[in-house]
Amino acid sequence: MTRYSRRTLLKAGAAFTSASALGFPSIVSAQAARIKIGHLVPLTGFLGAIGSYAQLGVKMAAEEINASGGIMGKQIDLMSEDSVNPATASTKAQRMIEQDGAVLLFGEISSASSLTIMQVAERNKKVFFSTGARSDALRGKDCNRYSFHCDIPNTVMVNAVGTALNQKGMVKGKKFVTLTADYIFGHDLLKAAKAFFSANDATLIGDELIATDVTDFSPYLLKVRQAKPDVVCCNLAGNQVTNLVKQYAEFGFPYPLVGFNLNTGDAWAMGEGNLSGTWPTVWYHTLDNPASKTFVEAFTKKYGKPPENHAWIEYITLKMIAQAITETKSTESDALIAYFEKQTQFDIMKARKAYFRSWDHQLVQEAYPFTVKPKNEMKDKWDMLVLGEAVPAAGAELESIYPTKTQNPCNIKA
Amino acid sequence: MQFGFLLEQVVNGLVLGGYYLLIALGLSLIFSVGGIVNLAHGAFYALGAYTSVEITKYLGFGSAVVLSPIAVALLGILFERFILRRFYDADPILSLLVTFGLAMVTEQAIRIIWGAPPISAAIPQGLRGSVFLGDFLFSRYRLLILAVVAAVLVGVWLLLHKTSFGRVVRAGIQRPDMVAALGIRLQPYMTAIVMLGVGMAALGGAFFAPITIVHPAMGAEIITVAFVVVVIGGLGSFWGVVIAALLVGVVRGITIHFAPAAGEASIYVLMFLVLLVRPRGLLGERIEKFE
Repeated sequence: MTRYSRRTLLKAGAAFTSASALGFPSIVSAQAARIKIGHLVPLTGFLGAIGSYAQLGVKMAAEEINASGGIMGKQIDLMSEDSVNPATASTKAQRMIEQDGAVLLFGEISSASSLTIMQVAERNKKVFFSTGARSDALRGKDCNRYSFHCDIPNTVMVNAVGTALNQKGMVKGKKFVTLTADYIFGHDLLKAAKAFFSANDATLIGDELIATDVTDFSPYLLKVRQAKPDVVCCNLAGNQVTNLVKQYAEFGFPYPLVGFNLNTGDAWAMGEGNLSGTWPTVWYHTLDNPASKTFVEAFTKKYGKPPENHAWIEYITLKMIAQAITETKSTESDALIAYFEKQTQFDIMKARKAYFRSWDHQLVQEAYPFTVKPKNEMKDKWDMLVLGEAVPAAGAELESIYPTKTQNPCNIKA
Repeated sequence: MQFGFLLEQVVNGLVLGGYYLLIALGLSLIFSVGGIVNLAHGAFYALGAYTSVEITKYLGFGSAVVLSPIAVALLGILFERFILRRFYDADPILSLLVTFGLAMVTEQAIRIIWGAPPISAAIPQGLRGSVFLGDFLFSRYRLLILAVVAAVLVGVWLLLHKTSFGRVVRAGIQRPDMVAALGIRLQPYMTAIVMLGVGMAALGGAFFAPITIVHPAMGAEIITVAFVVVVIGGLGSFWGVVIAALLVGVVRGITIHFAPAAGEASIYVLMFLVLLVRPRGLLGERIEKFE
C-alpha cells in the first residue's frame, strides 16, 4: 500500500485549486474565405453570470448574419471564448489576432480585462469594440484610436440615477454610505459618484472597498448600520450586486438602497421581493419601439426567455460591425475607424439613434433610471423593472449627459 | 462604542464560521478517513443549493432544506461506491484529478440542466429582518442557520465519539491496518462518511441559496475557503476544524472592520501564519499514514 505524505497532498491540492481558476482554451477550427471575428466575454468569475447572456446575443446575431448570406458574400466565423481575467483576456486577444486571423475583436464586460484587450488592439492595429465595460477611464485617459466603447459609462449611470434621486429629494443634505467594487470599474464609479455628491450637497460618510469575489456581505452590512446613513449606494459589479441585494433584504435595514450600476441579469437572479430603490440601465426588453420588439420576440422564441441587456449590446454591436464592413467593403482597421468616426447613426432599438463620438469613440445614447415593479403588476418573472423617463430628456442633446471635451481627458492620436 | 462595533463583528464572524464549518467538516472527514482531497466537494454544495431551490417551488423552503441534503447524500453513495473507492490506495494525484474532473463535469451538468445564468431564490418572508440580542444586531435568518449548524455539530460529535460506528471511523483514521486485522471492513464506513460529508455540504448550499447568488460556479467558489479551513484546523481533528472555521469567520470580520479591502486576503494570511507556527494545523494529530 503506497501512502503519501501530508505535505504532498496539500501541495497537490493547492496546485489544483489554483489551476482551476485559470480555465482552459477552447479549440477553434479555422476555415478559409470566411471573415473571422474574435469575441471575448467572461463566462466564469463574478461577471460570468451576465457574460452567459452576452454569448446568447452574439450567437443569435452571427446566425442571422450568416443565414442572410453573410457579409459581402462571406460567412462570418465567430470565435467566442471565456476571457477569464485581465491577463488571460490579453493572451487570448493576442492569439486570436496573431494565430487565428481575427480581423477585429469585440466583447468583454470587465473594465480591467477590457483595458488589457484595448492595449492588444492598439499594438496590433486591430479594431476592438468594448461592449460591456463601463469605466470612464477606458474612454478617457486610457482611450486609443483602435478601441470603441458601446456601453454607457459610469458618469452617465450616475447622471441617470442622480437625476431621478434628485427629483425624489434623496440627495441634497443626505448622508450616503457607498459599497464599491475594488477594481478599476468600481474606483472609477466611486469617483463619478463623489463628484455627483459634492455637486449636489450630499455627504459621503463611509465607503467600503469590496473584493470582487466576496459572497458574504454581512460584515460590510454591520458597518453600514454602524454608520447610520440616510441612503446606501451600491457601486458594485456582477455577482456582487446580486449578493448584496439579497443580503440587504435579509437584514432588512430601514435605509433605502440605491445603486449606480446594475445589469438586468443581476436583478433577475436576486429572487422575489429582494430588490428595491432606484438604479440605472442601458436597455430593457420592455422598451417600446419597433426594432426592440422584433428583437425581443425573436430572441424569446429562440431561447425561451427575454434578452438581458448584455445579449442586446452584443447583438447590436455585431450588427453595427457587419454594417460597417458591408458599407466600407473592407475589414481594414483604417477604413472601419473612418466609417465610425464619421459619426454614422445607428438604430440601436431606442427612441433616439446613437453614434460613436468621433473624438473619444464612445457610443452616445439614451440611458434610463428604473424602479422596481410591485409583484402584482409583473406580467412574468422577467418583468421586474419600471423604466423612468429616458435621460437626457427629449429635446436635449444626447451628449449633455456625457463628459465634455474639457472633462474627458481622451486624446486620440491618429 | 467602537469596541461594541468590533464585538458585533466578532459575533457575526462566529455565525459565518458556522457556515464554513458545514462545508469544511465533510471535506476534513473524507480527507482524514479516505486520504482523499475531495475537490468535488463544492459541486455537492452547488447541487444542494440547486435542488433546494427546485424543491422550494413545490414543497416550500422547510421541506427543501431537509430533502435536498438527503437527495445529495444518496448521490454520495454512488460517488463513493463507483469513483472514490478506486482511489483510496492510489497516488493522490489521481484522486485529485478525478475529483477535480468530477467538479467540472458537475458544473457543466448544472449549466445544461438549469442554464448558465443564475437562478433566483429568496428567503421566506417570515424569516427576513434583523433582531437585536442585547446590543448586537443579528439577521433572523442567520440565527436559524446557526441553530441548525449547532445541532448538526452536536450530532456529528456524538456519532463520532459515542457510537461504535464512530470508534471504527476514528480507529480507521489512525490505523486502518489494525482495523483490517480485526476483521472490520472500512468500506461501508467510508460510504457513510462520504454521505455525511456531502450531505452537510448540500445543507450549506440549501441554506445559503436564498442569500447568495445561485450559479453553476458556486461550488468552485466555496471549495477554496473550505480547503483553507481544513488546512488551518489540521487533519483528523474534529475540534480543529470547528475552531478553524470560527477563527476564519472572526478574522475576516475583524479585518473588514479595520481594512475592508483586505477582507478576503486575511484568511490566506491566517493560513500562512498558522502553517508557519504549526505545520500540522492547529489541532492536527500526527497521523501515521500521512507522515
